[in-house]
Amino acid sequence: MAGIAAKLLFGLIFTFAAAFVLLILAGLLAAFLAPFLGSVPISYNLRSIKARWTSAIVAVLGIAGTVGVFVAMLSLANGFKATLVASGSPGNALIMRAGSPTEMMGGVSLDSVRVVQDAPGVARDASGPLVTQEVVGVMPFPLISTGTDANVQVRGVSSNVLRIRTFAKITDGRMFQPGLSEIVVGRNASKTYAGLTLGNTIQFGGGHWQVVGIFDAGGSAFDSEIWCDAKILNEILKRPDNIFQSITVRLASPQAFQQFKDSVTSDPRMNVDVTREIDYYAKQSTTMTRLITVLGGLVAAIMAIGAVFGALNTMYSAIAERGREIATMRAVGYSSWNVILSFLFEALLISFVGGILGCVAVLPLNGLTTNTMNFQTFANVAFAFKITFDLLLLGVVFALVMGVLGGLLPAIRAATRPVAVALREL
Amino acid sequence: MVRVDGSGGSNSLIGVRGLDKTYHRGGGEIRVLQGLNLDVDKSDFVAFMGPSGSGKTTLLNLLGGLDVPTRGNITVAGDEITHMSGHKLTEWRARHVGFVFQMYNLIPVLTAFQNVELPLLLTKLSKAQRRNHVETALGVVGLADRMSHYPRQLSGGQEQRVAIARAIVADPTFLLCDEPTGDLDRQSADEIMALIERLVREYGKTVLMVTHDPVVARRAGTTLHLEKGVLVESAEPERVAAGGRHEI
Repeated sequence: MAGIAAKLLFGLIFTFAAAFVLLILAGLLAAFLAPFLGSVPISYNLRSIKARWTSAIVAVLGIAGTVGVFVAMLSLANGFKATLVASGSPGNALIMRAGSPTEMMGGVSLDSVRVVQDAPGVARDASGPLVTQEVVGVMPFPLISTGTDANVQVRGVSSNVLRIRTFAKITDGRMFQPGLSEIVVGRNASKTYAGLTLGNTIQFGGGHWQVVGIFDAGGSAFDSEIWCDAKILNEILKRPDNIFQSITVRLASPQAFQQFKDSVTSDPRMNVDVTREIDYYAKQSTTMTRLITVLGGLVAAIMAIGAVFGALNTMYSAIAERGREIATMRAVGYSSWNVILSFLFEALLISFVGGILGCVAVLPLNGLTTNTMNFQTFANVAFAFKITFDLLLLGVVFALVMGVLGGLLPAIRAATRPVAVALREL
Repeated sequence: MVRVDGSGGSNSLIGVRGLDKTYHRGGGEIRVLQGLNLDVDKSDFVAFMGPSGSGKTTLLNLLGGLDVPTRGNITVAGDEITHMSGHKLTEWRARHVGFVFQMYNLIPVLTAFQNVELPLLLTKLSKAQRRNHVETALGVVGLADRMSHYPRQLSGGQEQRVAIARAIVADPTFLLCDEPTGDLDRQSADEIMALIERLVREYGKTVLMVTHDPVVARRAGTTLHLEKGVLVESAEPERVAAGGRHEI
């Protein structure tokens, strides 16, 4: 019985949601087609907006603010995701202990590294297989902006790492020398934390480290990291020198992944998971991306309710002020449909301007770098707001939906009011 | 020829039979029109008079398809309009009725030209044809030189003339004028009435007008009084001469 009730309730909610979406789509379509289907001249709407510019501006600003927040939040999530996804390459494979959700929890032995190096599908160059066995730790460094400490991911890597992560380049200085306490710093980390400048010597993990290079990892999460020799980092962190947390492999080609994975996972000596590097980082971004999207969506939704009421108010007051005009137009032969189209078009015009304004207002945020903690690694990641054309389009569509919601009811009210009554009440 | 006894033939332009209109207010009924009959021929000019609340505007609204009667029927040029759907009635209004209101009811954000053009936007006329019609209509009302003026830039009399141009531009079957001079001074009122007379005399328009003003009513061919929900013919002034008509 309860199951049937739940199904009925779900069906009812689904029906209402579908009807709502259809209504919005129909409203949008009708308003877009208004200039072609409706007979009320567009100049009437344009001049009416101009004549009531104060209330129109209030509605425009309300919608612009909402769209601005909406686009900014999504661009934040977009930027975070793009940063982490950019950290992975489809031509690389990541090997971690089976069941480890992150590198931090991983543990693979030197024996495993040897098996991986000999596996089919691994790219090789003159120096041998392109494999980097890595160790990661989190160290506190003072932020330049506030002076307070924030976690930075320190990654111990093999000296051939730049041939595996080919998008990473040393832009200043040089690569660290294996066996020495030298570090190279990601360009975002260098700009964000005090002391991480080329030539400087810093102290962490009980040792002294010299910054010998700055690297650019193409805007990926690696730009927020510090890289050093994995063996030295293991020593500093007092971990066994034959245990690493992950292995990253350059594949002979992206298509070689399955062959490599099958070979490694079917080896009885190995107890590991093999994923494409890009998939691992995409998965890492989901928690934060979802959090930002949900929170941003919530804020935008609350603001949208306010903006819709603003649009409703604007359109209702427009209709109240123009009762005589509407009644006259209907008396001379304009149909209810003509009036609905005309007012929907007007609401859409106001919301479109608001949408464009909101998008333009947040454009300067594009590329602006900010930091947040990656909940998977507990390290700070620098990322930039990423405003794409798709996001701007989504912002404008969001504005138009608000316009339809704010304009539809007043338009229907204007169109269905008995003409004789409307003329008499003037 | 105007008749109020229901004896008009089927060739009347407007035929009204047994028209009732009852409003329901606060649980009670107000019977405004009670079995009203009316026959109006083409080119008749009829004035409706009566005290406030007697149902003059209600009658005009019913004749113009803006309201529906409680009982009875209205036939205009062979079309029985009382049972038309809202959509059909709207189309019928656009084709057959020209409205002139006491407060002119021009759209303030549109120019005189655009106001007059409004009814034509519902037709299939080309832009050039519409322009031609609008210029003709504004020429008839003597405002050809005010086409690009906004209503706020016109006097009350001029605004009403623009409203008349809007009413005649689509060449409707008849005009309904609700207190067309009610908001004008005597001189402007005389000019408006002279214009309406000319529309009847020269262009053969059929005009039904509501007015409080006996001076204005005397300009009509027939004056009817609304008393207790029915029409009573009060006088039969000399009809407006019907010679020298032109088609707009």
